[in-house]
Amino acid sequence: MIADIGMLSLTMALLLAVYTATAALYGGWKGRWTWVESARNASVMIFFMLTISVVAVVYSLVRLDLSLAYVSEVSSRATSLFLRVTALWGGQRGSILFWAWLMSAFLAAVAIRKWDTDRVLMPYVIGVATLTTGFFIWLVVFVANPFARMWVVPGSDEIVKAVLPPRGATPFIPVDGQGLNPLLRHFGMIGHPPTAYVGFTGFVIPYAFAVAALITGQSRSDAWIRTTRRWTLVAWLFLSIGLLLGGRWAYDVLGWGGFWGWDPVENAMLMPWLTGTAFLHSVMITEKRGMLKVWSVVLIILTYLLVIFGTFITRTGLVSSVHAFAKSSLGLPFFVFIGIMFLGSFTLLLKRLDTLRSEHEMESFLSREAVFLFQNMLFLAITVAVFWGTVFPMISELVTGERITVGPPYFDKVTGPMFAALVLLMGVAPLFAWRKQAARTLGKALWGPFAVATLIAVVLGFWQRMHPAAAFGIWLVIFVALTTLLEFWKGMKARMTVRKEHPLEALVNLIARNRRRYGGYIVHLAVVMMALGVIGDGYFQKETQAPLRVGQTLSLQGYTIRFDGLRQYMGSDGREVLEAQVSLFKGDEFVRVLRPRRDYFIVQQQPVTIPATHTTLAGDVYVLLVGWEEITASSATFKIYWNPLIIWMWSGGIMLIVGTLIAWWPTRAARREVSYVLRPGAMRPQPSSGG
Amino acid sequence: MTTQVAVNTTARAFPKRWKFLVGTLVILAAVLYLIVTATTENAQYYLTVEEVVERQTALGDRIIRVSGAVVGETIRYDPQTLELTFTIAHMPGDPSEIDEAGGLAAAIRAAVNNPDAPRLRIYYKGPKPDLLRPEAAAIVTGRLGEDGVFYADEVLFKCPTRYDEAPPAGAAQEG
Repeated sequence: MIADIGMLSLTMALLLAVYTATAALYGGWKGRWTWVESARNASVMIFFMLTISVVAVVYSLVRLDLSLAYVSEVSSRATSLFLRVTALWGGQRGSILFWAWLMSAFLAAVAIRKWDTDRVLMPYVIGVATLTTGFFIWLVVFVANPFARMWVVPGSDEIVKAVLPPRGATPFIPVDGQGLNPLLRHFGMIGHPPTAYVGFTGFVIPYAFAVAALITGQSRSDAWIRTTRRWTLVAWLFLSIGLLLGGRWAYDVLGWGGFWGWDPVENAMLMPWLTGTAFLHSVMITEKRGMLKVWSVVLIILTYLLVIFGTFITRTGLVSSVHAFAKSSLGLPFFVFIGIMFLGSFTLLLKRLDTLRSEHEMESFLSREAVFLFQNMLFLAITVAVFWGTVFPMISELVTGERITVGPPYFDKVTGPMFAALVLLMGVAPLFAWRKQAARTLGKALWGPFAVATLIAVVLGFWQRMHPAAAFGIWLVIFVALTTLLEFWKGMKARMTVRKEHPLEALVNLIARNRRRYGGYIVHLAVVMMALGVIGDGYFQKETQAPLRVGQTLSLQGYTIRFDGLRQYMGSDGREVLEAQVSLFKGDEFVRVLRPRRDYFIVQQQPVTIPATHTTLAGDVYVLLVGWEEITASSATFKIYWNPLIIWMWSGGIMLIVGTLIAWWPTRAARREVSYVLRPGAMRPQPSSGG
Repeated sequence: MTTQVAVNTTARAFPKRWKFLVGTLVILAAVLYLIVTATTENAQYYLTVEEVVERQTALGDRIIRVSGAVVGETIRYDPQTLELTFTIAHMPGDPSEIDEAGGLAAAIRAAVNNPDAPRLRIYYKGPKPDLLRPEAAAIVTGRLGEDGVFYADEVLFKCPTRYDEAPPAGAAQEG
């Protein structure tokens, strides 16, 4: 019954989407504003309809309506209430509906914004965003419907999943469901899809504005960039959080001591993040100097296409991957949709190239504009390299007939130097003046950080006998951290001398008065911290393993673990837990008790190895229980990783969120400008207001 | 007067544009060089068990990647030494062939139950992966030893019943 209502509202949403896109684009084309207004209202209705569908799926999951195929795929009697709710995005059918719903929320939010100043864009923004939303609703209805039921067809032992019964079929209701994939029952994997999807769908809004600006010729002025700045930041922030949560999940659950494996699914998320980051920077130059306009538009188009491509990769498993969403019938529709959007976007861009002329000429290599241009190139180059590595198996199979893959070493080797160059640019860019920078003043500003960083890196490098690349990494991190901190110090000093402010007061005011700039610098510092985590993980990780009897010890990096015993008990969510108790010592001093464990999910017959970690600023002691004596439980095998500096990855992540929020926080002027009240009257055509 | 100015700007703009063009080309060349060398250095053949068994000697010391179906009763794991061995059976590598076989789960079952399917013994030292189980799809990366055993540096597993759209009724028992 509830599922029927959900299916009905889903169908309504699809019809509304078709209507909205048609009415908006037709209204915009013919200048019929009543059509556009109607489309605007309809687009808000799509959100309401999808909300009903989402509520229906969640309700069915919570009540365990096993007549629905999706419920039996991701939920079971043993599944807790919380996990039943999160199962909405635990499988393919639900997650695509969830994607469409989030997208429709963005669409509704953009529809009800105040359109007084830029209403010429409105029909196309709504039209383009609705086309994307509509595509996903179509997928939900026809390809991956969460309201599909299971049917037994006479004369066949196969179970058919469909909304409408095949001829002569009888409904099939299983006794219990499969339950959520145990590997996904972790805060990182529960928070990862929603944040990643908000990030993915959020980027559709700036894309829609860019396309609308191109269609209307408004791309001549860069107003669309100012309008979408905060939308872009929200999308970027959530995509970043999604990446971080995914990494944290891998670190906590997959038990190989790392957080990034260059898996196709990870790459699929990283690529739009890369182009999105480049876009965020590129638009600054477009906004301030009227340059890099083509870059900005190309970057947002690429980000959008990579978002769709990323959804395609993660949801279809076309590229083989540890992330085990199997291939499905989604492939062809995605391919066609990406193709259409690609051709459409770039044709439009070429037709409107004249509106994107640069207002100034690049004057010197030593200028902020040039540095931004190079960072755009680097971001794009990294994206191309990652894309190449991700699709290489498919390409090689098409061309040579043999499937050839490139593993993580490829990605490390190619992107490592480019990321290093990017971090370097990030450190020096704020010191570059617009237009032209005198080399002398630049040298003056940089020699201090350069000398300090070089000294530390050389001493540390020799003392610790580091790999040259690792020593260079350390140099880079110190150098960039210093130049960035120096920017804060310069601003603080000015306030302290001119306004006689206390240092802390000066810092707070400095950031509060220039949120975009210093929020950005805080993000830069966060990136430096994360770079430290990456260097630690890449160059200084150590590991050891040994079987231990009760009372025996194993040492690594000055730490010693002593095996104290094993115990077994029934955990929540239908798991049998085997837990080892281990005492951790630093030198001879007792630090704490660690409990690495192995959860066995009975219904799924799935073991999950959960590491126990002791975190310090220098590094994590990461202990895994990898084997044990079955009967006596008197002996067990442990693997210990020393993961240096990894805490900097996660704390850098939190700092990145803080910095982005500061940069995003509206100033008072902006707050007045933006009103979310739905006032259809305000958008009637007013003669000659000059858009 | 006006022409003079115009000539001047182009004269000044030209070398600048050249400079940027050269700069861009240098970056482009560096990036291409990186991509090409890293690709050739790290290219691994992704083969099926049958292809590995056929080419055995031709493979030499190359690092390759093989996929196959895990034969349940062959899994041996020594928790003391962390030595893991198991056998994988040939299954089709082409997605369309897997589709023809009735999906990944069915393709794996057919591979494991076919006594004539080429098989490959895998040796791996390390913690037993959580996803290793009978009738899992394995993707192993490593070298083929002279003794015909495949020495893996990395093993990955995919369990079709978990994520595929397999009938849930049987799934709980199938494992």
